[in-house]
Amino acid sequence: MSEKTKQDIKNIIGDYKFGFETETTSVLDTGKGINEEVVREISKIKGEPKWMTDFRVESYHHFMKKPNPTWGPDLSELNFDEITYYIKPSDKSENNWEDVPEEIKETFEKLGIPEAEQKFLAGVSTQFESEVVYHSTIKELEDQGVIFTDTDTALREYPELLKEYFSKIVPYRDNKYAALNSAVWSGGSFIYVPKGVHVEKPLQSYFRINSEQMGQFERTLIIVDEGASLNYVEGCTAPVYTKSSLHAAIVEIFVKKGGYCRYSTVQNWANNIINLVTKRALVEEDAHMEWIDGNIGSKINMKYPACILKGDRAKGTTISIAFAGEGMNQDTGAKMIHIGKNTTSKIISKSMSAKGGRTNYRGLIHHTKSAIGAKSNVECDTIILDDISVSDTLPYNIVKNNQAQVQHEATVSKVSEEQLFYLMSRGLTKEQATEMIIMGFIEPFAKELPMEYAVELNQLIKLEMEGSIG
Amino acid sequence: MSTLIINNLYAEVEEKEILKGINLEIKGGETHAIMGPNGTGKSTLASVIMGHPKYKITKGEILLDGKNVLKMTVDERSRAGLFLGMQHPSEVPGVTNSDFIKTAVNARLEDGKSVSLFKFIRQLDHAVTDLKMDEDLPHRYLNEGFSGGEKKRNEILQMKMLNPKIAILDEIDSGLDVDALKIVGENVTKMKNDDLGLLLITHYQRLLDYIKADKVHVMMKGKIVKSGGLEIIKRIDTEGYDWIKKELGIEDARVIEEEEQKRFMLGSCATKDALGL
Repeated sequence: MSEKTKQDIKNIIGDYKFGFETETTSVLDTGKGINEEVVREISKIKGEPKWMTDFRVESYHHFMKKPNPTWGPDLSELNFDEITYYIKPSDKSENNWEDVPEEIKETFEKLGIPEAEQKFLAGVSTQFESEVVYHSTIKELEDQGVIFTDTDTALREYPELLKEYFSKIVPYRDNKYAALNSAVWSGGSFIYVPKGVHVEKPLQSYFRINSEQMGQFERTLIIVDEGASLNYVEGCTAPVYTKSSLHAAIVEIFVKKGGYCRYSTVQNWANNIINLVTKRALVEEDAHMEWIDGNIGSKINMKYPACILKGDRAKGTTISIAFAGEGMNQDTGAKMIHIGKNTTSKIISKSMSAKGGRTNYRGLIHHTKSAIGAKSNVECDTIILDDISVSDTLPYNIVKNNQAQVQHEATVSKVSEEQLFYLMSRGLTKEQATEMIIMGFIEPFAKELPMEYAVELNQLIKLEMEGSIG
Repeated sequence: MSTLIINNLYAEVEEKEILKGINLEIKGGETHAIMGPNGTGKSTLASVIMGHPKYKITKGEILLDGKNVLKMTVDERSRAGLFLGMQHPSEVPGVTNSDFIKTAVNARLEDGKSVSLFKFIRQLDHAVTDLKMDEDLPHRYLNEGFSGGEKKRNEILQMKMLNPKIAILDEIDSGLDVDALKIVGENVTKMKNDDLGLLLITHYQRLLDYIKADKVHVMMKGKIVKSGGLEIIKRIDTEGYDWIKKELGIEDARVIEEEEQKRFMLGSCATKDALGL
């Protein structure tokens, strides 16, 4: 890679690669470790209603009882006593950029989140540590009745709406980390799109972890009402630390009859973060849910966005990529649960492993008895860049009626000698040729992203690949 | 004007010797044709000149304007002015034709410099029109889903854009119908000039109806067994290769059992098993 390219990448992603930390004065934190008191304290600081406090406490007890999953990557290195579960960096949520504290702004600038993007984006909600510190929604959306706020605010301002949907598709009993999130959740986005309203521009939010050993447990809830549509983009990056940090989030999405929701993420957590996220959507009649899910960071990542295709003719799509470099384990995939008649699902998964990294595709296709005429299509392609990296494909297909169609295609390959020879015979160096083949490989994913994300993704993958070609 | 010299070249694949002492000299402005039955080592010669990693050179040398080609990497050979129009160009999903060609054009410029986008697009559009290719071709993924004829035309398109000193066209006529062959022939002929040295590899004389060759070589058993002018082509056209075999007392002209083309495409037919994972 030339010096110029390196500089370009640096300009785009700032000093991220090398890690940086901004000195911030936290107003409040709950100290290290977790117990019922900590959970109650979080709820008290936030001034929550009783039902939420009770929910947190119940969730906490479930978390303590539930063992780690018996499948997938080894999570035994997590020490729950060493994690800080709640930090509030500034007193209140801001909705004016000028009022955001200078040091926090600096961090965002280093992450390359320009103010100019606000013109392009309909609204920006930025989470710093546990609390949303900056938030804005443009007026036209408010006029249409769209709600875009952080989940804490939603609990205060739209208690009925929140209570109706909160934890309804990801109950705290779902898994150990759903229980943990339910106990200590803080922040996240809340979006409600009323009937028939189309949010044309993507809504966007950035998340970030900044304190060593601090878990971030945001909770996102999205409701797209009948005939409405939403395109939501979530980005997260984090600085590099020496000790492991935990990110355990929950995303719940409801897509009502005839609605459409697209949720795009490029997850770029630093390589010491354990990322355990439960993402699930309930898709009703004639509605369509799309997960666009990029995983290029974190040390261990377990993430399987799910669609429950409940209504007839409901549609679910997941397009994902995973990149595992040195010391990384990307255990990702997708789940499609077909309940309604003639429901359809499509999964495209692309993964790459290099420098000893491991990628696993772990997917579930489940056609229930009632899902007459349902169709599923799964395509998973893997590229292994060297001899020390690993990849596995673990598809689970369950079909309980006799009128179903399930297609599964999987390929595992190395960058082919013929392709390299072809590109190099036109003057491209081996590095350029490999890069081009890899970029082509992830193109089906990249083309689904907003432009600036696609550019950032390409640069990040180039950076990750550096030194893996020999 | 450039000169490519091949001296007493021996090459093997998987310890099987395929090229057994090739001698050839191509100067700028000349057009050479190498003909011969299947499996005699013609395509191997083309691949070896370009530096395909599959082949091992055991003896001999290749010089481009006095420089040792065998010491150059594949991309260095390309930048030095060699071009190989391939018999089976690879498909590269997700990479657009125009991105690829632009990168290749830029690879020829000084470090950090790049061709003006406007100039590049105009040039590419012209070339696409000349070759009577689909307008959307620059935006399609490199060779993916291309018909045999489209792939071959795409090779010529790249040759036009890259302006090589020595171009080798390996069975550029295979998979082309008469109309496409005519277009390819006209375009290659138009590119001929005093600086460009051309090496055409073909089974059939029909390509040479469209691109006139100055010198003709016949390859058998990994060697050039006969060189001459157009009179050889005419005789091959009417009598085949048997008269040459007879003349030289060769029974089987082949060095390769089957034209083994074990290729796999990224993301299409490679499997875990194939890789022994």
